[in-house]
Amino acid sequence: MIEASDLSKRFTVRVKRGRLRRERRIVEAVRGISLRIEAGSIVGYLGPNGAGKSTTIKMLTGILVPSGGQVEVFGMDPSRQRRQLAMRMGVMFGQRVQLWWDLPLVESFELLRHIYRVPAARYRANLATFRDVLQLDAFLSTPVRQLSLGQRVRGELAAAMLHDPDILFLDEPTIGLDVVAKARVREFLVAMNRERGLTVLLTTHDLSDIERLCQRLLIIDHGRLIYDGTVAGLVERYGAERTLVVDLEQPSPPLVIPGARVERVEGPRQWLRFRRSEVSAAQLAAKVAAAAGLVDLAVEEPDIEEIVRRIYGG
Amino acid sequence: MGEAARLYWRLVGARVRSQLEYRTSFLLDLVGMFLFSFLDFVEVLIIFHNVPRLAGWSVAEVSFLYATSSPSFAFADLVFGHLDHFGESIRDGSFDLVLIRPRGTLFQIATADFQLRRLGKALNGVVILAYALAVLEIGWTPGKVAVLLMMIVAGAVIFCAVWVFMICIVFWSVEGKETANAFTYGGKFLTQFPITIYDQWLRRFLAYVVPMAFVCFFPALYLLDKPDPLGLPPWVRFASPAVALAAAGCAGMMWRLAVRHYRSAGG
Repeated sequence: MIEASDLSKRFTVRVKRGRLRRERRIVEAVRGISLRIEAGSIVGYLGPNGAGKSTTIKMLTGILVPSGGQVEVFGMDPSRQRRQLAMRMGVMFGQRVQLWWDLPLVESFELLRHIYRVPAARYRANLATFRDVLQLDAFLSTPVRQLSLGQRVRGELAAAMLHDPDILFLDEPTIGLDVVAKARVREFLVAMNRERGLTVLLTTHDLSDIERLCQRLLIIDHGRLIYDGTVAGLVERYGAERTLVVDLEQPSPPLVIPGARVERVEGPRQWLRFRRSEVSAAQLAAKVAAAAGLVDLAVEEPDIEEIVRRIYGG
Repeated sequence: MGEAARLYWRLVGARVRSQLEYRTSFLLDLVGMFLFSFLDFVEVLIIFHNVPRLAGWSVAEVSFLYATSSPSFAFADLVFGHLDHFGESIRDGSFDLVLIRPRGTLFQIATADFQLRRLGKALNGVVILAYALAVLEIGWTPGKVAVLLMMIVAGAVIFCAVWVFMICIVFWSVEGKETANAFTYGGKFLTQFPITIYDQWLRRFLAYVVPMAFVCFFPALYLLDKPDPLGLPPWVRFASPAVALAAAGCAGMMWRLAVRHYRSAGG
């Protein structure tokens, strides 16, 4: 349903040089991204600040006109068929308010209903569902400006879904939310994906969003797509190193064992890094036991946060 | 069309209700707007306190120019005037929200920040038009009534077109606001006087480039039975609707071009 090939976006910026002189510089925000997103999937879009995430989303939603390459969403050119496409997509920006600030929440829903020409029966049914799932009843008639961030984000989500979009674009939907509110947002997305076959593309800095929600992960850096696959695949590819933590009978110098290297020593405790392709945890444990008196052991899997940090870092 | 009109009123209504949340400030603004635009007219009176005629025009005749341009301007100001601050939504990227909705962009921004208090200016225009019509002795014929209505409507369209055309500047330069104001508010000021008092280049500019002379000067020549000091053919006096349509077309094309040039904000 989304197909992009060699998509790119260049901006011209003017940089101050001296008091009056300004220099034109070309910034390539997105440099030749190709991707395909199938209907019914939840895809996470990850990357450090300024990597080109939002710019990509803006080209997919028709906000920005690409400088090069092709993009089609439901077979439409987003910037040329903006209005037709808008009927089929929902968009939520975590840091931008789409609701009518001074009016009660429910009035925003009413206005959106008319903007999107949602039939009255459909509107009532959707509103009833969202009131229930997102627990909106307590603040439905409160002016938006008086809502807490968590309440407002729930309101925004409902607003983005009122017209039954086929795809939902979320730009940092959980930013600034507490644990409970985050969980509620995720539950809602999972439910909509399961029950309505909603396709979701979300950018986030919160890796727990990715782990809980996304079947697929795209990572962008310096405007280029550097990873496209599952979360497990990412661990496989970038973080194949696991850690064996051993407690020895007495403090000893770093162990020398083929296939592993000692990363840290702290009294009788040592951390050994190893690759699953070279040696198994059981084999390694046996070798450690043979070399020194082994009291206790634990295996640590690499966590996604660390992997991502490593990818961003270099 | 009917559906769009209903939606327009619904969105404008929502804005107005938001503004009425702050009732005192709304009333003060409304009165302020009325008085402020009335001062504008006092300016005209002060000039005539010193000179009896201005390029052959009497105080009543110039009041008539002022009064016919005012309702036109007030209408454009009511519909698009809040776009004074449009540069900010380009700068901070909130124009994004307009582009993700399935409605025309111009339609949406016209309703996005509708300011009812600007009605104060329209009120002022109506009061002065009533004064000018009472003082002037125009031999009313059905044709003249039609031309009067036509000039107010066409004038409103011309002002709207100038407004839209000018706010397009901010898509290229967010500091373009002052330039835009020179044409919108400045243009309004220039329509208040017979264009013959201006220098030749400015006169040509108003007649052929920014068509402010068609807002009220040319049709007023017909209504007040005055000779054309520029010696243009007589049909020019009735050309305002055509000029208004052309201006609206230009503004629409410029707007489309500008939106495709939108750069949003942030990474």
